[in-house]
Amino acid sequence: MSHLQTIENKTEAMSLKKRFRLSEFIIEKIIFLSSFLAILGVILIFVFVFREALPVLTNPEVKKEASLKLFFSTVIWQPVSDLPRYGLISIIVGTLKVVVVALFFSVPISVGAAIYTAEFAPLKVKEFIKPVAEILAGIPSVVLGFFALMVMASFFQGIFHSTMRLNAFNAGVALSFAIIPLIYSIAEDSLNSVPRSLKEASLALGANRWQTAFRVSLSVAMPGVLAGIILGLGRAVGETMIVLMASGNASILSANIFDSVRTMSATIAAELGEVVHGSAHYNVLFFIGASLFVFTLLINSLAHLTVGRLQRKLAGKI
Amino acid sequence: MKKLVVKKIGLVVLATLVISVAAGFMVFAGKSITIKGSDTMLILGQRWAEIYMNQNPGAVIQVTGGGSGVGIAALINGSTDICEASRQMKNSEIDKLKERFNTTGVEIPVARDGLSLYLNEENKVSELTLDQLKGIYTGQVTSWKEVGGDDAKILLYGRENSSGTYVYFKDNVLKGADFSAQTQTLPGTGAIVNAISKDKYGIGYGGAAYAKGVKYCKVKKDAQTPGYEPTLENIKSGNYPISRYLFWYLRNKPTGETKKLVDWVLSEQGQQIVSKVGYFPVK
Repeated sequence: MSHLQTIENKTEAMSLKKRFRLSEFIIEKIIFLSSFLAILGVILIFVFVFREALPVLTNPEVKKEASLKLFFSTVIWQPVSDLPRYGLISIIVGTLKVVVVALFFSVPISVGAAIYTAEFAPLKVKEFIKPVAEILAGIPSVVLGFFALMVMASFFQGIFHSTMRLNAFNAGVALSFAIIPLIYSIAEDSLNSVPRSLKEASLALGANRWQTAFRVSLSVAMPGVLAGIILGLGRAVGETMIVLMASGNASILSANIFDSVRTMSATIAAELGEVVHGSAHYNVLFFIGASLFVFTLLINSLAHLTVGRLQRKLAGKI
Repeated sequence: MKKLVVKKIGLVVLATLVISVAAGFMVFAGKSITIKGSDTMLILGQRWAEIYMNQNPGAVIQVTGGGSGVGIAALINGSTDICEASRQMKNSEIDKLKERFNTTGVEIPVARDGLSLYLNEENKVSELTLDQLKGIYTGQVTSWKEVGGDDAKILLYGRENSSGTYVYFKDNVLKGADFSAQTQTLPGTGAIVNAISKDKYGIGYGGAAYAKGVKYCKVKKDAQTPGYEPTLENIKSGNYPISRYLFWYLRNKPTGETKKLVDWVLSEQGQQIVSKVGYFPVK
C-alpha cells in the first residue's frame, strides 16, 4: 500500500515537473519580450524626440526663427506673435526657482523623517508613518495641483502678502508634497540597510543614539540618501501638472520667488496641444523636451552610480 | 485542474477578441459622422450629437475636442468630416486644404460667442474701453489708478497660447500686439474666473462662466459710446464689441446624412440648444 502510494506520488511529481518546465519556458519568453519592448519603447521615444528637436540645430529655415543663439539672446517667451521669440532664459530660471523651493522644503523634511523612522521611532509609529508616506506618494499630481491652486495659493498670499497669488513659492511647496515620499522611501531604505553591527559597535564604544544616527548610520547611508535627493530633483524638474496649475505660468525673469513663473515642462504641456506640426514653435517645444530628457537621464544615471557606491561601501570594497 | 483554468482563461481571451472585432465592424458599418475641433465648442457639439442621435436612431456621431487648430488639421488630413472652430481658417490652412482636396472648404457659422472680461466684485472699475483693455494686456497700463480705480497693480490672467480664445483676443482686442510677459496663463475659463474671485486686482478673459465674487466688465467700443455687458441682446445686436462666430467647417457642400445634421443644427431646435449651453444663436 505504502509502496503504491510512493509510486503515484513520484509520477505526479514528474508530470508536475514537466508542466512546470513548459510553462516556465513560455513565461520566460513573455518576460523577455516585455522587457525588450520596454527598452525598445524608450529607444523609440528617444529617437522621435530628438528627431523632432533636431531642426533647431540643422534646418536653416527654422534657425532663422529659433536657434541656440536666439534662445539666449532674448528673455521674452512669445511664440505666438508676428515676431516669435523663444527666450529660454526666463523658462530655465523659472524651472530652477520652483525646483530650489521644492528641494528646500522636501530635503530636510524627508531626510529627517527617514532618520526618525529608521533610527528612533518605536515599531508602532514606524508601521504608521510608512504606509502614510506611501499614500502621499499615491496622490495624483493633478489633485495636488488643484489643491495648490485653490487652497494653498490663498493661504500663502494671506501670510506673505505677495502681489501674485500663483507663484514659484506656491508651486515649489506643492511640488515638495510630490517628492517628499520619493526621497523619504529611498533614504529610509538605505538607512535600514546599514548593518546592525556598525550601529552596535558605535553604541558599544559609548556613542549615544544621536551620535550613532548622524555620524554612523547617516554617513554610511549617505550615497543612498543622495540618490534619493537626486531622483527627487529629477522628478521635480519633470513634474508638469502641479506647476502648470500652481505657478501662474507667466514667463517673468526675476529673482523674486513670489513672482509667477513658467517652467519647461508646463510650457510643453500648455503649448504642444495646438502647435502647427513642423513649425519652428513645434521644434522648439521638442527641443525643450529633449533637454529635459537628457537632464533626467543624467540625473538618473548619477543616482544609479551613487546607489552602486553605497552597495560597494556596505560590502566593504571602498 | 490547472489545465482547466488555463483553458478557461483562453476562452475568455478568445471571446473578448471576437466581441471587440465584431464591435469594430459594427461601428464601421453604421454611417458615422466625426466632428473634431475647438474645446470651446466641445460641450455644444456633444449636446447636439446626443439629441440628434436620440431623434434619429441609426445615426452615429462622434465628437472630440483638441482645439480649433487640431480640428482644422484633421479636416486637412481627411480624418474628420466636420471641424469645429472658434476662429476662422487662416489662408495658409485653406491653401493646404486646396492642395490636398482641391476645395476651399465650406464655412458654416453655427453659433455666436461673446468673449467676456471678468473683474473682482470689489474692484471699483466696472467698465473699460477697447483701447484701455489693449493697454492693460500689452503691459502699458499697469495700475488700476490709470483707468479710474485704486492705486494697485493690475494682475493679468489669460488663456494659454494654444487656445482659440487667446488668438481671438490677441487679434481683436490687442490688434495683433503681443501679450505682456506678466500675463499669467491658466488652463480654462473656470480657473481664470476662480483666480479672479480671489484676486481683488485681477482681470481675465474667457467664455461665458459664472462664479461668486466675480463680475462682468462692461466693454465700450470707445470713450464716447456706453459700455455693454455680454448679454444675449447686446451680442445679437452687435453692441457688445467683442463677440465672435463659432464655425463648422466641411471640405465640401454637405450631402446626405451630413446635410441633414447641418440643417438640423441651424434649425430652431438646434439653435435652442446653443442658448441652453450658454452661447448665442446665429439667427
